[in-house]
Amino acid sequence: MADLFDGYSLGEQWDEMFGEVGRARPAYAGLFASMQPIDGDELAARADVLSQTYRDAGVTFAHAGEEQPFPLDIVPRVIGAEEWSVIERGVAQRVHALEAFLADVYGAGQVFADRVVPRSVITTSSHFHRQAHGLVPPNGVRVHVSGIDLVRDEAGDFRVLEDNLRSPSGVSYVITNRAAMSQVLPELFADHRIQPVADYPSRLLAALKASAPANVADPTVVVLTPGVYNSAYFEHALLARQMGVELVEGRDLVCAGNQVSMRTTDGQQRVDVIYRRIDDEFLDPVHFRPDSVIGCAGVLNAARAGRVTIANAVGNGVADDKLLYTWVPDLIRYYLGEEPVLQNADTYRLDDPDTVEWVLESLDQLVLKPVDGSGGKGIVIGPRADERTLGELAVKVRARPRDWIAQKPIGLSTCPTLVGGRIAPRHVDLRPFAVNDGDRVWVLPGGLTRVALPEGELVVNSSQGGGSKDTWVLSPPRQATEPEEADLTRIEFTAADLPEDPVGQDAGPLGDTVVGQSQQQQQAGAETAVSAARAGAETAVSAPRGARC
Amino acid sequence: MLSRIAESLFWIGRYVERADDTARILDVHTQRLVEDPWIDERRACANLLALMGSPVPDSEADTERVLATLAFDRASPSSIVGALSAARENARGAREVLSAEIWESLNVTHNALPQQRTMARRYGPHSLFRFVRERSAMVFGLADATMSRDESWLFLILGRSLERVDMTSRIISTRVLAGDAAPSWTLVLRSTGAYEPYLRTYRGMVNSSRAAEFLLLDRLFPRSVFAALEQAEACLAELERSTVRDAARIGVAGEAHRIVGRARTMLEFMSPPELLAQLPSRLEELQRTCSAASAAVTHRFFTEQAPQVWVPEEAG
Repeated sequence: MADLFDGYSLGEQWDEMFGEVGRARPAYAGLFASMQPIDGDELAARADVLSQTYRDAGVTFAHAGEEQPFPLDIVPRVIGAEEWSVIERGVAQRVHALEAFLADVYGAGQVFADRVVPRSVITTSSHFHRQAHGLVPPNGVRVHVSGIDLVRDEAGDFRVLEDNLRSPSGVSYVITNRAAMSQVLPELFADHRIQPVADYPSRLLAALKASAPANVADPTVVVLTPGVYNSAYFEHALLARQMGVELVEGRDLVCAGNQVSMRTTDGQQRVDVIYRRIDDEFLDPVHFRPDSVIGCAGVLNAARAGRVTIANAVGNGVADDKLLYTWVPDLIRYYLGEEPVLQNADTYRLDDPDTVEWVLESLDQLVLKPVDGSGGKGIVIGPRADERTLGELAVKVRARPRDWIAQKPIGLSTCPTLVGGRIAPRHVDLRPFAVNDGDRVWVLPGGLTRVALPEGELVVNSSQGGGSKDTWVLSPPRQATEPEEADLTRIEFTAADLPEDPVGQDAGPLGDTVVGQSQQQQQAGAETAVSAARAGAETAVSAPRGARC
Repeated sequence: MLSRIAESLFWIGRYVERADDTARILDVHTQRLVEDPWIDERRACANLLALMGSPVPDSEADTERVLATLAFDRASPSSIVGALSAARENARGAREVLSAEIWESLNVTHNALPQQRTMARRYGPHSLFRFVRERSAMVFGLADATMSRDESWLFLILGRSLERVDMTSRIISTRVLAGDAAPSWTLVLRSTGAYEPYLRTYRGMVNSSRAAEFLLLDRLFPRSVFAALEQAEACLAELERSTVRDAARIGVAGEAHRIVGRARTMLEFMSPPELLAQLPSRLEELQRTCSAASAAVTHRFFTEQAPQVWVPEEAG
């Protein structure tokens, strides 16, 4: 056994690389062998190069208003071809079921009539938007892009932790981690056949074009971002650039007579598809928050009139609610007549008093999650929480059980990770990304592996001190060299295309502080210390005319 | 191209050029303080600050003050650090059109500034100025090598050209306006990087009217006012050709183009002695030209409507 792995200890949980100490699982055999000759100092030196690459390219994520470097761990995570095909089928199945559900929610509501899901789950969801009722997308797709969060339990099975159907972020890491890694550790790649991830932007563009309003021959697609202070801004810019489309802000758009246009140096130009990375609430001040200055007034009416497609569709939040999550296996059976390929984590709804009582008694053995939370906020891990936290939690749960779900803790799998010059096990999760073009749900082979860098930490979000790993999906032997679809142009990646923040959805729940909102959504008018400082920076961008001119 | 992005590119060009020129000016200024035994430091510093459009303190105009204001003031887009930060912020918002290499170059430059500043405190500011010159050259070199000659490039170079006209005319002003505290023409030439080209062109001693002519009128030296105006004009002509229908039929279509063209022809068709005789007013005019041209470009290409305020009742 190489020095690198000396002292690597296996715990109760599943370890991605080792079944037993010193013996790598089959998918990791190649990686393990290639890493053997590398010593700790060498690996640490390469990790330094890696992080310098990221610093130079501006790979930071905005956390609490600060740009922070985003750590990429140098040890990749490997997923074998067979294992991946399960994930692929499971994710696609879930997306199909959730698409059907959303069409039902904003249409006939058969699922309620058939008593599969109580209607109240929807009407009490803060993400249910009446404004979206009856709005039928041109090719029927509402979930153009999704990110389904998975963890691997003690038995080695992947379990679904949550669905992200609004603006799941992090795919830019998948693309850029790969490029950065291949520069720093080319020899590791030489021994593997890894499915490429660089196709993603062209797949996304194809799906967005396919969703354009009818009778538009050559649709104009744009990416709509809240602006440079959004934590996922880097991702927005990367996707726009790699798709070769404009990255617009709300102020670049204008809507008149149900037609959306963007302001260009050559006058106004028609826009057909908006891949928006702005939350529903900020998207259209006519229908939602009237104080939003990052959206575009009238865009929802234009969508209703069939003149523009909004991707992902407005109102998807009802289907990625953590409470609705508990019904997804039922929805798969109901809409598709199939058994779920991927299981949920064991979850309890707090919908009857007995369960609530039981949960309240067992708080120290359960994980409690706020239904609306994202980015790991508000989660309480019972076995690790102190008395006071549990006491406060009990009060909140008792007051509003609808706002919570309870789960049995899952011992997240661990993966070898470089920590302080040594390799040590750290907990990981996985977010595969799926693109639905109306004909097929395509799952990007790889996905984002997030790793919790503090020892024993179970929350892997980058806002909680997490990093990420390059995620390798090995090719099945037969089709190793065949490109999957010839008509897709592969888009080249450059080293500077590095991502900003993979945390959760682009924006947290409403009801956060105004500061949080302005960072997440860049509300230009918000008068807070942070946004004032930001406004200063913003002024410097375009105001120097006054300085010397 | 989006108006907002075009505006960002225009300002990246201006800011990077501004940082470059300011570094050149300060480098010459600080060297001069060391080399010239008769110089009145306070006056020289006060003159420099006034020239760069900064408020001049009566008593404290020393080199430290000059550097604090023109090199390190983060809050001022007229300082080196401020201009480079602003360029990087603009680039951050225009990453999808800027080449990745240019973004990275600006980002690396920005990240290195704190360390450069520390080094400047310890070993003198020359290393900082050289760093800024090199990084600016890299940004424009990358623009040259990696950007399509489309609108994005045209706006970047237009910004650079207008800023260059402005800065070169300010540098000439240091000589013309400052009276006996003025730097020598040799120093003025050095601060625009024109000293060696000048020597090769005229072979020999620096002569005041020739030096002024060189900086104002030389067609071959890229930092001369004339060359920069010509470049700005070419960019504007090209931009109009691509964005204005029938541009070819009515001659010059844009206000910015007219402003720049007038300034260029003024230099082109005025006799050198006449020009030199009226130098102070001509230099001021050139600076006004830049400001007017910049405003016209903004009006023509970048103007966006004021944000509309929506009230719920209008939701209908």
